[in-house]
Amino acid sequence: MLLARSRGSGSPAPGGEPASRSPFGGGRARAAHRVPWWRTRPAQGIGYAAPTALFVGVFFVVPLVLVGRISLSDWPLLAGNRGFNAPDNFTEAAGDDLLWPSVRFTLTYTALVTVLLLGLALLLALLVQETRPGTGLFRTVFFLPSALGLASASLLFLGMYSPNVGPISPLLERLGVVDEPVSFLGTPTAALWSTVALIVWKYAGFYMLILLVGLQRIPQDVYEAARMDGAGRWQTFRSITLPLLRPSLALTLLLSVTGSLLAFDQFFILTKGGPDNSTMTVVSLIYREAFQRLDLGAAAALSVVVLAVLLILNVAQFRGLRGTDT
Amino acid sequence: MNTTDVRRRRRHRALAAAVGLLTVTTALAGCGSGGNGSTEDKGGVMGPDDGANLTMWTRAATQQQSQALVKAYNKSHKNKVQLTVIPTDDYQAKVGAAAGSKSLPDILASDVVFVPNYTSSGLYADITDRLDALPYGKELAPAHMAAGTLDGRKYTVPHTIDSSVLFYNKTLYKKAGLDPEKPPTTLKEWDEQARAVDKLGGDVNGTFFGGNCGGCGVFTWWPSIWAAGQEVMNEDGTAATLDSPVAKEVYATYRGWAQDDITAPGAAEETGATWTGLFPKGTIGVMPMPSTTLGLMPGDLDFGVAAIPGPDGGQSTFVGGDSLGISANSKKAGQAWNFLAWSLGDEAQVEVLAAHKDIVARTDLAENKYAKEDPRQVMINTLVAKGTTPFSQKFGQTFNDPNGPWLALMRDAVFGDPSKVDADNKAITESLKD
Repeated sequence: MLLARSRGSGSPAPGGEPASRSPFGGGRARAAHRVPWWRTRPAQGIGYAAPTALFVGVFFVVPLVLVGRISLSDWPLLAGNRGFNAPDNFTEAAGDDLLWPSVRFTLTYTALVTVLLLGLALLLALLVQETRPGTGLFRTVFFLPSALGLASASLLFLGMYSPNVGPISPLLERLGVVDEPVSFLGTPTAALWSTVALIVWKYAGFYMLILLVGLQRIPQDVYEAARMDGAGRWQTFRSITLPLLRPSLALTLLLSVTGSLLAFDQFFILTKGGPDNSTMTVVSLIYREAFQRLDLGAAAALSVVVLAVLLILNVAQFRGLRGTDT
Repeated sequence: MNTTDVRRRRRHRALAAAVGLLTVTTALAGCGSGGNGSTEDKGGVMGPDDGANLTMWTRAATQQQSQALVKAYNKSHKNKVQLTVIPTDDYQAKVGAAAGSKSLPDILASDVVFVPNYTSSGLYADITDRLDALPYGKELAPAHMAAGTLDGRKYTVPHTIDSSVLFYNKTLYKKAGLDPEKPPTTLKEWDEQARAVDKLGGDVNGTFFGGNCGGCGVFTWWPSIWAAGQEVMNEDGTAATLDSPVAKEVYATYRGWAQDDITAPGAAEETGATWTGLFPKGTIGVMPMPSTTLGLMPGDLDFGVAAIPGPDGGQSTFVGGDSLGISANSKKAGQAWNFLAWSLGDEAQVEVLAAHKDIVARTDLAENKYAKEDPRQVMINTLVAKGTTPFSQKFGQTFNDPNGPWLALMRDAVFGDPSKVDADNKAITESLKD
């Protein structure tokens, strides 16, 4: 790559001498003539970008166009395309009784998870940021749940929460904390918090790692200067650590919000949207349209709407974060 | 009794021999006339056994039966069936996705209640002519055959029959002072007996049910409604009558169990994943369960089975289980038929299914030698004739959907506000008509 670049445009071309004499810059054209077309800068640029472009095209643009088409068609999952029917899928999706409750629930869940996750991750990162004997062990232990797949972790918790086969409820009973078996997934509130607990447990270590990297990038001199000026611990944290950690915090915030808005696996496995549809997320609703009600058209319509909303949210979030950063 | 048994067995053997002879002669005739590979899709009434590799899907709920049948078939045939077991809850999604991309397996088993939807969507190949040529094609379980018939054409055959029956723990009955030979004959007796066992306390509970599982509800609650002569839907499965007084009486009994803690903990949140796991532990007095679990009970558990009764008597059962068909996109339909036809033969039905205490798919084999050894099995086999397989094109999305209208009704009726049942029933009708 370096070689190609130096030949193409960097050092004077072999024909550079006569070219400089030409008043019309024809020499340049001639020089370009001698460089094969695949070594010109534009061609190289296209060459380097092609694999990514191909990947994005096949795995993003084509499916996106397909979803768009399905969302405008009467398309039962089992029978296939039955032709154009816009905007029936969209009106049907908007009229779904579960749409607004699921939007509300998804937002509540996102807010809860994001606040708890970021708070705990920051706490953990602060705890293990200095290298002392044993911090390596703690960092590993905190990070370990992230190595698990979300589906496996959800199944693990499903077993542990079960009042019949799980260990937690009998343990609490034996310890005398509760008198009756605990129903971890039996009420809407319990189901929400049980799922939030799983997600915080699983992801806190990963977010801790991102914040830890951010913490370690803050130069020590700043802290020393603050100490010279007689700043206390809290003051140092508020005026130095937090502002300088902002890029890392912004990243974790973005990841957590986007991830939580698209939550599906954990609820699909732990609660199936229950009890009484209280833990239906927007993506669960899309899944239900496609694979329970076997209506691909309505599912695609919902997906298009969710995509549009996410796009707006992400742009707003980027703007906001960039605004505060500069 | 012994002589009739022997005679019957002889008759079956003669029948089997006749079928075998027919197969051989047809196969030979095929060889003589063609011999150029055009016989591949014929091979007589049984279809060719020429070493083809066949793919088959089944759901986890009935995997024991499918696995046993496939194992026996592969041992005795040149064709080899490769079975894939898919989690029960994901089966509809998996089949739907595969149907969309025309990548269904050669042999597709399906929960019998989903079959009408699949046949009307063209997932299965028409097997009417093959079935009519089969000597025992007329002896197949009628409820399953009705589900697999569309406009007079037949698409599926019964694969495993899973019927709902009451299981009761005789040891706990004795401890509670109940007669272990007198299981409930009415819902009221069932209620009394469950409450009596529940009084034993400790780990013991009166009964159990999947209170957050629509599929469990249709399977175990509806028989009590049918037993009283009440229907749950109209004939074409487009309108629900789940708000009938009989139905409400049934719900009220379950509501009492939930409120008074007669059930084991977790009934309200049981999504169907573990609901059959409690009774084998020996801590439940009396509960309805799938008949396919009969062969899976621990050897030291002293239990009996009884029909699910209605509020004031009567008996019924949900004739569930799986149907088997050849997928419309299969290129090995002949070989796939060979498996289907074999699976309905005497050998498979008696030596594989009945030997494992399962219900046979052939009405003429109901009193086979294995069933006679276990009165519980005879009871279940004869009960199937009194049972029902509900029919609706929109069954799955109405009754099995964990976020669908039937589960909402179940939960309102038993855990929430029972006055909503009428409105919930209307929502079910909406979904059925959809």
